[in-house]
Amino acid sequence: MSWSLEGARPPVVVDTTLRDGSHAHRHQYTPEEARAIARALDEAGVYAIEVSHGDGLGGSSLQYGFSRTEEMELIRAVREVVQRAKVAALLLPGIGTRKELKEAVAAGIQMVRIATQCTEADISEQHFGMAKEMGLEAVGFLMMSHMRPPEFLAEQALLMEGYGADVVYIVDSAGAMLPSEAYARVRALKGALTRAKVGFHAHNNLGLAIGNTLAALAAGADWVDGTLRGYGAGAGNAATEVLAAVLDKVGLNPGLDVFKLLDAAEYVMGPILHFQPYPDRDSVAIGYAGVYSTFLLHAKRIGRELGVDPLAILLELGRRQAVAGQEDWILRVALELKEKESGALAD
Amino acid sequence: MDKVKVAILGSGNIGTDLMYKLLKSPGHMELVAVVGIDPASEGLARARALGLEASPEGIAYLLERPEIRIVFDATSAKAHVRHAKLLREAGKIAIDLTPAARGPYVVPPVNLKEHLDKDNVNLITCGGQATIPLVHAVHRVAPLRYAEMVSTVASRSAGPGTRQNIDEFTFTTARGLEAIGGAERGKAIIILNPAEPPILMTNTVRVIPAEEPPDREAVVASVRAMEAEVQAYVPGYRLKADPVFERLPTPWGERTVVSMLLEVEGAGDYLPRYAGNLDIMTASARRVGEVFAQHLLGRSAEEVRA
Repeated sequence: MSWSLEGARPPVVVDTTLRDGSHAHRHQYTPEEARAIARALDEAGVYAIEVSHGDGLGGSSLQYGFSRTEEMELIRAVREVVQRAKVAALLLPGIGTRKELKEAVAAGIQMVRIATQCTEADISEQHFGMAKEMGLEAVGFLMMSHMRPPEFLAEQALLMEGYGADVVYIVDSAGAMLPSEAYARVRALKGALTRAKVGFHAHNNLGLAIGNTLAALAAGADWVDGTLRGYGAGAGNAATEVLAAVLDKVGLNPGLDVFKLLDAAEYVMGPILHFQPYPDRDSVAIGYAGVYSTFLLHAKRIGRELGVDPLAILLELGRRQAVAGQEDWILRVALELKEKESGALAD
Repeated sequence: MDKVKVAILGSGNIGTDLMYKLLKSPGHMELVAVVGIDPASEGLARARALGLEASPEGIAYLLERPEIRIVFDATSAKAHVRHAKLLREAGKIAIDLTPAARGPYVVPPVNLKEHLDKDNVNLITCGGQATIPLVHAVHRVAPLRYAEMVSTVASRSAGPGTRQNIDEFTFTTARGLEAIGGAERGKAIIILNPAEPPILMTNTVRVIPAEEPPDREAVVASVRAMEAEVQAYVPGYRLKADPVFERLPTPWGERTVVSMLLEVEGAGDYLPRYAGNLDIMTASARRVGEVFAQHLLGRSAEEVRA
């Protein structure tokens, strides 16, 4: 494979520390934290700041973890301090509904990112319709895109474009892609979509978040995502501050203040982190097995409680082709593995 | 044995599966007609081949047939709004498998007997039929502050109606968890899984009792009893394990959370076995029809076998 950044353009950079980072933060953000993070990001020049429960609007639940602060309050807090950046929220049809979307608009979002499993784009039609009706910038997220080939994803992206999406993302929810795979998928969407832009969202489970993002840019990606300190599900995302430095060095800086982002990562985000995500044993297993990055902390907890190795749980979930949002299968699989183990001991 | 004549409105997948169930286990019902609007539909062809009346004239065909007392509506929410009125005027009982909800929600082992005087009842959603019995089973021994269900169904079993109206599934099911299940607050989540071969319908029900600590033995016994009651009309309905009790952080502080892991395997009457979500709708509809039929034949609400 050979690709180069020669034809690439400076991308739109969206920061999702206050959404994807919510997973790492166990959905415990306070309004003060949200304000501090949003203010720093806004001053550093990111295009948009995504804020909501990690699993999107309405995600606060036993399935995914309850939010400490009601997400509309977090959206309002961010809205208050942001001068330039757009405020965005995530919505997963099946979890959140038009009811939460309306509330989020009232709380101040100007963009919604609508996410489906990469095979199920057709469940997002009513939500895109509503988003456009309300004048929002509407972005489609094809989650777990590593599970399907590029041509298939292009068809799903065309559905979202038809519903009104302004941008459609290849989302590497499992952090499972290699650079060549990120490249091919973005390329397929660039070739297929007639109006919508193409985005790429990375996870770092195999240590490739920045590398895959560069591969996506080489393939023509228009939008890319980051989080401060890479604070996100699994081993986290492409770190916004690292991305900014790298973009600057390759001549694709869209106007981000690299040093402000470095300060934000160090002095605003650093003291807030519950932990620094990195490709630890279980995160690499997620990327390797191709399961949803948010399973990480749930699998660790359930594994600890039941005395089952989280790595074994994650590999089995990969074998069963679990998809985005299926956190409840973790307990199911853990109980089965435990039963199997005690059965094996009894033999 | 006296029988009540019934008909199916809607000759798609659901109507056809229900037809096979009613022929396999008629109980006190006699299926006389299947009605659709597409003369070329496979469901109508199958009905005809089985010796049933099969008409593409839609509801009009049934309105001229006073001996048909019960009509199962397996069309769409939009169509049922119109059908509900016409069926009522024609003096028929409507068992509504669509999300239209013109009549009260019913879940056979929970509240069906309260509604035998109604002329229209609604089956909520597939996820509601699967999970509300378990929520109610805990609630009757440990009243619930909160109930949450996650339904995962095979992508292939989710038709265009579900896909275009996925919000309705979550709204309606959450309301059912509250109104019929008994929880103060309900939350519903649906996930479509595209795995091949297709997965069985799985449901996870998690509840938070209002009082601490809940009586674990009573909860387990009540839930297992309910499982058996549902199995009587949905044979593929089974819990993976006894309810799991965990202490977890919640908006009400650290609380006991009871998790129930359920799977529903279809009977394979017409639809594939993985489509437990569709099977539980047609099996519940058959059960509701049977109870109404017994009631029409003169049994009191106490006497009918729900």
